[in-house]
Amino acid sequence: MATSGPFGGKLASWPVLRQLRSGDVTGLGATAASARTRGLAARIRTADAVVKSVCPYCAVGCGQLVYVKDGKLLDIEGDPDSPISGGTLCPKGAATFQLVTGTHRLDRVLYRRPYGTEWEVLPLEQAMDMVAKRVKRTREETWEETSEDGEALHRTLGIAHLGGATLDNEENYLIKKLFTALGVVQVENQARI
Amino acid sequence: MPGLGISFGRGGATTFQQDLQHSDCILIQGSNMAECHPVGFRWVMEARRRGAVVIHVDPRFTRTSALADLHVPLRPGTDIAFLGGLIHFILENGRYFEEYVRSYTNAARVLREDYRDTEDLDGLFSGWDAEAREYDTDSWQFEGRDETLQHPRCVLQVLRRHYARYTPDMVARICGLDRELFLRVARTLCDNSSRERTSAIVYSVGWTQHTVGVQYIRAAAIVQLLLGNIGRPGGGIMALRGHASIQGSTDIPTLFNLLPGYLPMPDVDLTKDLKAYLRTYASPAAGWSQLPKYLVSLLKAWFGERATVENDFLFDRLPRISEDHSHLATVASMADGGVRGYFVMGQNPVVGSVHGALQREGLRKLDWLVVRDLALIETADFWRKAPEVQAGEVRPQDIRTEVFFFPAAAHTEKDGSFTNTQRLLQWHHTAVPAPGDARSELHFLFHLGRRLKALYAESRDRRDVLIQALTWEYPLEGEHEETNAEAVLREVNGYDVKSGAPVSGFEALQDDGSTACGCWIYSGCYADGVNQVARRRPGREQSWVASGWGWAWPKNRRLLYNRASADPEGRPWSERKKYVWWDTQKRQWVGEDEPDFNVTTPPDYRPKEGATGLEALSGTAPFIMQPDGEGCLFAPSGLLDGPLPAHYEPEESVMQNPLYGQGRNPRRLEWERRDNPYHRAWGDPRFPFVVTTYRLTEHHTAGGMSRWLSWLSELMPEMFCEVSPELAELRGLTHGDWATIRTARGAIEARVMVTTRVPTLQLNGTTCHQIGLPYHWGYSGRVRGSSANDLLPLVADPNVFIQESKAFTADIVRGRRVPKENP
Repeated sequence: MATSGPFGGKLASWPVLRQLRSGDVTGLGATAASARTRGLAARIRTADAVVKSVCPYCAVGCGQLVYVKDGKLLDIEGDPDSPISGGTLCPKGAATFQLVTGTHRLDRVLYRRPYGTEWEVLPLEQAMDMVAKRVKRTREETWEETSEDGEALHRTLGIAHLGGATLDNEENYLIKKLFTALGVVQVENQARI
Repeated sequence: MPGLGISFGRGGATTFQQDLQHSDCILIQGSNMAECHPVGFRWVMEARRRGAVVIHVDPRFTRTSALADLHVPLRPGTDIAFLGGLIHFILENGRYFEEYVRSYTNAARVLREDYRDTEDLDGLFSGWDAEAREYDTDSWQFEGRDETLQHPRCVLQVLRRHYARYTPDMVARICGLDRELFLRVARTLCDNSSRERTSAIVYSVGWTQHTVGVQYIRAAAIVQLLLGNIGRPGGGIMALRGHASIQGSTDIPTLFNLLPGYLPMPDVDLTKDLKAYLRTYASPAAGWSQLPKYLVSLLKAWFGERATVENDFLFDRLPRISEDHSHLATVASMADGGVRGYFVMGQNPVVGSVHGALQREGLRKLDWLVVRDLALIETADFWRKAPEVQAGEVRPQDIRTEVFFFPAAAHTEKDGSFTNTQRLLQWHHTAVPAPGDARSELHFLFHLGRRLKALYAESRDRRDVLIQALTWEYPLEGEHEETNAEAVLREVNGYDVKSGAPVSGFEALQDDGSTACGCWIYSGCYADGVNQVARRRPGREQSWVASGWGWAWPKNRRLLYNRASADPEGRPWSERKKYVWWDTQKRQWVGEDEPDFNVTTPPDYRPKEGATGLEALSGTAPFIMQPDGEGCLFAPSGLLDGPLPAHYEPEESVMQNPLYGQGRNPRRLEWERRDNPYHRAWGDPRFPFVVTTYRLTEHHTAGGMSRWLSWLSELMPEMFCEVSPELAELRGLTHGDWATIRTARGAIEARVMVTTRVPTLQLNGTTCHQIGLPYHWGYSGRVRGSSANDLLPLVADPNVFIQESKAFTADIVRGRRVPKENP
């Protein structure tokens, strides 16, 4: 852009001149942008890291890019590298940022005692200890070593599990592994619904 | 998934989404792909741009219909009649792909003399035991072959007879559609299935959630085998799953009747010891002949050095199943006080499963409940927010259940893999730490297991042998001692016990205890000690198959049974549909994808008499997991409700079955109990309308991941029902006003949407009104509303125990639900 001459940059930034120079006859192209607009940039440009991810909603498996700044999520967008989704996300996928950062997220263990009317906060370690003890107690109280005919059963029907289709493969693996070792056979997930 | 597994050998989509772009015709049925899998739908649109015909067969006119060339509305629950009509059309008009059918399917098999069809027995197959309500499948077995395909008992002729009455007129009568419209679909599908052309079928939960759900998929499999569309580009059956890893949670099953990799769970009667298990489930020939290696390697992965040849790798101590222990059976038992402790992780059964009232009754009978989720979903808050609590019928101070809510980590806060709808494993990496005490399930399970192992460490009870033997050493990371997910994936992949080195794939597994493997079909996902699942070579830098992105089971094969993309001699069926072929120079199978076949077995290989194992598979047998390598037109075993799909009406219908005296699936699972009343089989005057349920683009299943978000809630804020102008007039319903929908199980309220999208159908001269209900809402979350599933009874498919929620009957009246209404 010319900046010399008596009228300096002022004349040079005159839209008509800019239009003529760039061939933007209708004035609807880049010449219409103001200085403010030209100074704008996507906020993801300042991200410290971009982490590769996968959309957690349906099973299409769209690629996601998770932008992080100062240890916090900045944004989640579609991954253009994905041969399935090519950078696109649907309304749910595009809302993933709110799914993982929204105010609905709880960060403390809640406990409702028998016949209680309120939730109470429990320390995580204590809650884990309590659950482990209940698993042991229930398992022992409801253990079936053999059937009435003397056939081996080696199980408990006193404990059941539900869920898996929203979890990771590695998590499902530990669920099946641990519960089978405990004799818990009523392990189920969304594939039945 | 047995629908696909029984027909072709593996319980997964036969193709991948990107391959839909090569279809010449796409039949979408039982799926609203544009709205429920919007991004996957881009491949359908790409096919259409290239000239493909897109057909949508669905009770409702949706955005999928709007983008299709043809929308065919049909009555919910009648898809087998429709697909049976297609089979009839293909056979009667000689439109099947003869060479493909002859070479790659079991069309030539001859059935035993004592086989009787539903045509002979008015809706039953031979072997029915009315008292036990189950089939003896002996008479469904084969006894010979007839290569001429003319023998009256050969599969092709049996098929012809079985579907003889599924004429276009019969289809029109049952489905409530126009005969000419049906014929247009049939012709279009056939015109686009040949050497030069291929058609794909896409389905979703609209096909599976029925008392005959598995047979829906079987019917589609028969159509695709007859048309020669399996194993070929642009063909196949694309099963669209609704959760990020629902395929994964079946492969590594959190399901009662399976062990990882589709190995059956030990059964009290069939598998008393390891020998009996292997005898029962290992096939003498083909892929499943290797089952002993997979099972023993699994036991080694789980029980480590305590699993030895001498103790049968601790097989004897495994728990046994003895009956239906599925979700619905467990809930019924729970409501009767039979279950004391319940873990619910990332699922919301009081909204997503049938009969919410019974679900909650079950929760009230528990000693303890553990819910792990991102927010306080309905299942966690049942004791203070459920409708019966709000109505004052049940008081929290009378509910004994102790409830633990654990906040879960989101996918951005943990490492791990999802298996998407096309069997593709993709890795997601930790981006940020989970807030506060929120943790991954991996963390929860590991530390729960660690505690239990400590509690049982001193036990001398043989009951505790497995928990003591359980291998439970994974590297822990960070201040929260998070379990290293890659280490778990490595165990899933499998390793050499002595050296600890990862195995390259399931071919390396042994049955002598020298290898360990957590899930044989995933073996290879950590080959060379590299997380293959995390590979992300950009799509634009590789071929359209994109084999370098993620990792698909088995062995990174993207299009299954792809040996069938070549003719019996190993040549592509046509240049246009070239995919995998036999390279006569290199003497191996080559092509766009990993061959789904032994790479060096030539097309002219014929097994010797009495050959067993993998050597028993001929060079022309593309379905390598099937004992005979053939695609199943007729399924002699594996299904409990018949070797061929027959049209049965849903549990509750508006119409008597015009085809058979046996109107409904005789083998369906019912729960006869006072709190689970059923309507009359058909024409119940109290409940005259057909209902179907579905999802919306803006919400996800039971709402736990969507109704808590303002962005999505604003887009789709309120529960509604879709009714036709005719039904609105009949019942005095006003658009935007309230209506109450009622069944014998419960009543719900919804805003009325009057629309021609849910058409009134003509069934044999009578008018059939339909009601459409999205099922996302519940009593918690940012936006709340009635749960459609509260209307449904416990009733299920016998093969996979899936609920029937896509077709039932109800009544609808104007106005809001009266509190404490007892229908």
